[in-house]
Amino acid sequence: MLPFGEEPASVGSPDLTLAYESGVELEARSQWAYARLRFFRHRLAVASLVVLILIGGVAIFAPQLAPYGFDEQDLLNLNAPPTFDDKHLFGTDQLGRDYLSRVIFGVRTSLWVALFVAILSTAIGTAVGSIAGYFGGQVDNLLMRFTDLILTLPGLAVLLTASVFFGSGDPLKVGLILALLFWTGLARIVRGLFLSLREKEFVEAAKAAGASDMRIIVRHMLPNCVGPIVVTMTLLIALAILTEAALSFLGFGIQPPNAALGTLIDSGQEQGLETWWLVTFPGLVIVLIALSINFIGDGLRDALDPTQRRRA
Amino acid sequence: MPEPILEIKDLTVEFSTEDGIVHAVTGVSYDLYPGEVLGIVGESGSGKSVSMLSVLGLVPMPPGKIVHGEALFKGDDLVTMPKNKLRDIRGGPMAMIFQDPMTSLNPVLTIGDQISEAIKVHNRGKSDDDVKKRTVELLELVGVPFAERRVEQYPHEFSGGMRQRAMIAMAIANEPTVLVADEPTTALDVTIQAQIVEVLKTAQRETHAAIVLITHDLGLIAELADRVVVMYAGRVVELADVFTIFNSPRHPYTVGLMNSLARVDVDLEWLEPIPGQPPSLITPPSGCAFHPRCAFSQGRAICRTEIPELRKADEGVHLSACHFAEELAVTHVRVGAGAGDGS
Repeated sequence: MLPFGEEPASVGSPDLTLAYESGVELEARSQWAYARLRFFRHRLAVASLVVLILIGGVAIFAPQLAPYGFDEQDLLNLNAPPTFDDKHLFGTDQLGRDYLSRVIFGVRTSLWVALFVAILSTAIGTAVGSIAGYFGGQVDNLLMRFTDLILTLPGLAVLLTASVFFGSGDPLKVGLILALLFWTGLARIVRGLFLSLREKEFVEAAKAAGASDMRIIVRHMLPNCVGPIVVTMTLLIALAILTEAALSFLGFGIQPPNAALGTLIDSGQEQGLETWWLVTFPGLVIVLIALSINFIGDGLRDALDPTQRRRA
Repeated sequence: MPEPILEIKDLTVEFSTEDGIVHAVTGVSYDLYPGEVLGIVGESGSGKSVSMLSVLGLVPMPPGKIVHGEALFKGDDLVTMPKNKLRDIRGGPMAMIFQDPMTSLNPVLTIGDQISEAIKVHNRGKSDDDVKKRTVELLELVGVPFAERRVEQYPHEFSGGMRQRAMIAMAIANEPTVLVADEPTTALDVTIQAQIVEVLKTAQRETHAAIVLITHDLGLIAELADRVVVMYAGRVVELADVFTIFNSPRHPYTVGLMNSLARVDVDLEWLEPIPGQPPSLITPPSGCAFHPRCAFSQGRAICRTEIPELRKADEGVHLSACHFAEELAVTHVRVGAGAGDGS
């Protein structure tokens, strides 16, 4: 029998009343607050975030910040080395274009493409993965075999063929091709998460509450996958920047006079070692962006996954 | 007698597993009347949850399968109903309270969000303000203090009892006519159990819902139920009102359950467990599934050869599936005597 006092226990429960009444203010922290806290403890990630925000700011305000236009020529200064006293901080290229401006606009193009790729491939990957994982069975089989198919394609060869086939040069097209190849990893991650999530009782509870499949996927299950998705997305940005640079370097990416970081290195290396600044500056910027994004991804992973907590 | 709101008729549910077909529920029938609390008692694996979950479409199929039977809810058969119509019934007129509030709440959504979800699924037109107001109202109703503030909190900031209250709030959000409580207190400690019982009573008072209380806690049954269905090995073995079940059980299994109960009003030295193990549901014992463990059968052949039918065993509505229910009526005194021996 249940032990009852003479009076039925009142519906109001005692356990929290006490804390509030005694004047102890229990500050409720959401998971996000905790995640933020953990992220900001990760020094390298915070530093990287600052760097990335600066670079992003430069990219956004490129037209205002660049001292010259990206195709503006200074014919008196061809292949001028970098100088501090002169007006060309990063020097000029073989056509006399200010290299600082070229790099700034290059960052703008590259980041834009990378962000586009990351968002699009995350969307595709999440959709494919969640549908496969939630419904399982034949749907899962079909979608995942298709994913495997994309995954086994030799990436670079497909990229090169595709850019020849669809025409290259347009940042949008390059981004589209990259995105259509990059979603596979995330699809597998999300599928795995969904496979374990769909066995959870709160999913059954949502079903018992009359929620439709779509609603359960979007409102109940996806929020549980935000951590891994965000982390993967950051890493995708870095990968996209590097791949776009490689593609442009091989001459299949964004075409001159448009400046992208890879294109800059490509046209720079044709000049040989004499004009070292043409390769070095865009190269450094690529390394800086890719590194800081990876560090941010690391920080996010630690912040969003409390079970993986390491020494801060 | 009023019209039953839910009639389960001859329901048979099977699961195909690698070891064979599990006969989880076999030929189960019971009715639920408006406003009553119907207790379903039985051991783990006796089919008490499956009989409810399957008609609500919450048993994964496959491996589960409703072989035959029907479940008439206000005249509509839930078993043959199209999926989307059944979805409208779930969480609307028929709502569920789950066993473990630790895992039945979504860890990444606030309590308020989850209750609002339950409301929104069935009231698409409702404005956000109204939904929010109703959410707070519901939390207050189930006795969550500072509801205004606590709607913003996450499940991990709630204690077990508070979470179960939130679960109950979600279940009654759309004023169900049938509330299925699947072991609502099992995962909670005893003092919290008592509070949750009060919340359930409040919930029923407010919504006038009929409650199906699935549990193996006879104390909870005694406290809440009006009528009791006793299940064993996927079949209904006894059905009667709660007083009759406790005072004059007409099935040896029920008698065994009563004897294995720790009671505060009787000074017992030993509890009498039912000997043996619950039967395999893949190859159930021949005849009466309870006969290998039955102290009452005394090796009589009919227990081994013939499956007893659920039939009238006593005056009033009292059904028992024992060949010798009448004999039990004479000897059942032993139940009380057995309990008295220890004093």
